[in-house]
Amino acid sequence: MLLIACPYCGPRPELEFSHGGEAHIARPEAPADVGADDWGAYLYLRANARGLHAERWRHTHGCARFFNALRDTTTDKFLATYECGQPRPHLGEPS
Amino acid sequence: MQRFSAFQLFKQGLAGQAGWKPQWRSPEPKASYDAVIIGGGGHGLGAAYYLAKQHGLRNIAVVEKGWLGGGNTGRNTTIIRSNYLFGESAALYDHAVKLWEGLSRELNYNVMFSQRGVLTLAHNVHDVQVLGRHIHANRANGVDNEWLTPEEAKAFCPPLNIAANIRYPVLGGALQRRGGTARHDAVAWGYARAADALGVDILENCEVIGIRRGVGGAVEAVETTRGLIQTRKIGVSAAGHTSVVLDLAGVRLPLESYPLQALVSEPVKPVFPCVVMSNTIHAYISQSDKGELVIGAGTDIYTSYTQRGGLHISQHTLEAICELFPAFRRLKMLRNWGGIVDLTPDRSPIVGKTPVRGLYVNCGWGTGGFKATPGAAHTFAWTIAKDEPHPINAPFTLERFREGRLIDEAAAAAVAH
Ligand SMILES: Cc1cc2nc3c(=O)[nH]c(=O)nc-3n(C[C@H](O)[C@H](O)[C@H](O)COP(=O)(O)OP(=O)(O)OC[C@H]3O[C@@H](n4cnc5c(N)ncnc54)[C@H](O)[C@@H]3O)c2cc1C
Ligand SMILES: [Zn+2]
Repeated sequence: MLLIACPYCGPRPELEFSHGGEAHIARPEAPADVGADDWGAYLYLRANARGLHAERWRHTHGCARFFNALRDTTTDKFLATYECGQPRPHLGEPS
Repeated sequence: MQRFSAFQLFKQGLAGQAGWKPQWRSPEPKASYDAVIIGGGGHGLGAAYYLAKQHGLRNIAVVEKGWLGGGNTGRNTTIIRSNYLFGESAALYDHAVKLWEGLSRELNYNVMFSQRGVLTLAHNVHDVQVLGRHIHANRANGVDNEWLTPEEAKAFCPPLNIAANIRYPVLGGALQRRGGTARHDAVAWGYARAADALGVDILENCEVIGIRRGVGGAVEAVETTRGLIQTRKIGVSAAGHTSVVLDLAGVRLPLESYPLQALVSEPVKPVFPCVVMSNTIHAYISQSDKGELVIGAGTDIYTSYTQRGGLHISQHTLEAICELFPAFRRLKMLRNWGGIVDLTPDRSPIVGKTPVRGLYVNCGWGTGGFKATPGAAHTFAWTIAKDEPHPINAPFTLERFREGRLIDEAAAAAVAH
């Protein structure tokens, strides 16, 4: 079981959270103008990164708020958690 | 190829079992092949076998980063069935079941396919209705599936607890009698041996680390840890690592990789005659010929490549198993492990061409692709050889996500199996 640091409540066990998939995927502003390729990509294509992965979590059984996290999917170690709306932090990446 | 038979066994026995040869060669990679398959699981090895056997492509190789069957093929709970909801899926999975029925003979290798029946339990009104719908849909598609009352279920599987006062009582179940299990390693080894005999090079400890593209973007070569290999056709069957491999060619897929766990008990005398699955309380169980109870747990809630999974996931499954089969409460668990499964949004596989010429993919089998091994391999080989879909895998192309033609098998595949 992972220990996850909610930016609002602090470290809590994984059981209190739900996972919201890849972060920073913006919904197209004018969906009617988006072609099938871009719409399909928005809905379904995912980085599925082996390594650093920016993802959404929700502290469902706590403060119930969404937040983002940067996690290494080869170790499950969290490098950072941060509030929604903030850019992806650049940690642990070769510069 | 040294054929296996009762006579061979007898003859080798007289010679002290010293005369057996390795079942496949370990060649050095050639500089070029007509086709290269990435991934030495059942799907990849099977595709190589059918390419050589049915399409005459003999100058081909399977490249595997570890050992054969060390991925999900060797980590799965080996449940085989074809009672999926939609016609497209029924055709695909039943094609596989039919190939399973003749596979040991086809490969001259005992894959221990045992049609002992797969019983899926219902625990509430919703389950009863959903399984009823499945039974009718399956029958309309020519796939066997029948309803059992709780008493009939107990007669079919005596250890089952059908008491009315348990948390999730058994209200009945759907039984596919043609379903069952097979020996996972034997499937990889059997295909490897048969493919090798037809001239296919099987390259273990050979990881693909790059895909080179030439004029017009078509594939030209694979870079591996054992050197550069020229090829005009690449078939990828890399299960949970497919996104990583296709990223080497700049292709993004609708896949997410999750750990899925299984565990086995200490071996006991034969106690469990069939396969039982329950989607609602998330448990599935059978007994191997070694005597171990083989138990499948769920996926973690987050994507990962760790091949491990959280302890609370298997604990949850064991609680369900203990309630359904009280006699197993005191069994010790011997081993548990995880595999990385590649899930698609509609829980159906993706098989076919990619936007890159010469690059073909067979993935998205997620939690349930072992059952499909011969059918997937057979139709994937066709697609690679002819550069076009096989009638059976045609609905499962990548384009379905662009066109919104999803084949939503979330209900049939909801339990990892
Ligand atoms: C715990 C568990 C239980 C399951 N239970 C069932 C079940 O009961 N019934 C069922 O039908 N299915 C089940 N499945 C799913 C099933 O195991 C898979 O769908 C199926 O085995 C996939 O076969 P494959 O040959 O495509 O993949 P794999 O056997 O995983 O083969 C892919 C291979 O590709 C190799 N590879 C990856 N990247 C590279 C690279 N860069 N270069 C070279 N090689 C590479 C890997 O090492 C691996 O050996 C289960 C899975 C798990 C994990
Ligand atoms: Zn919180």
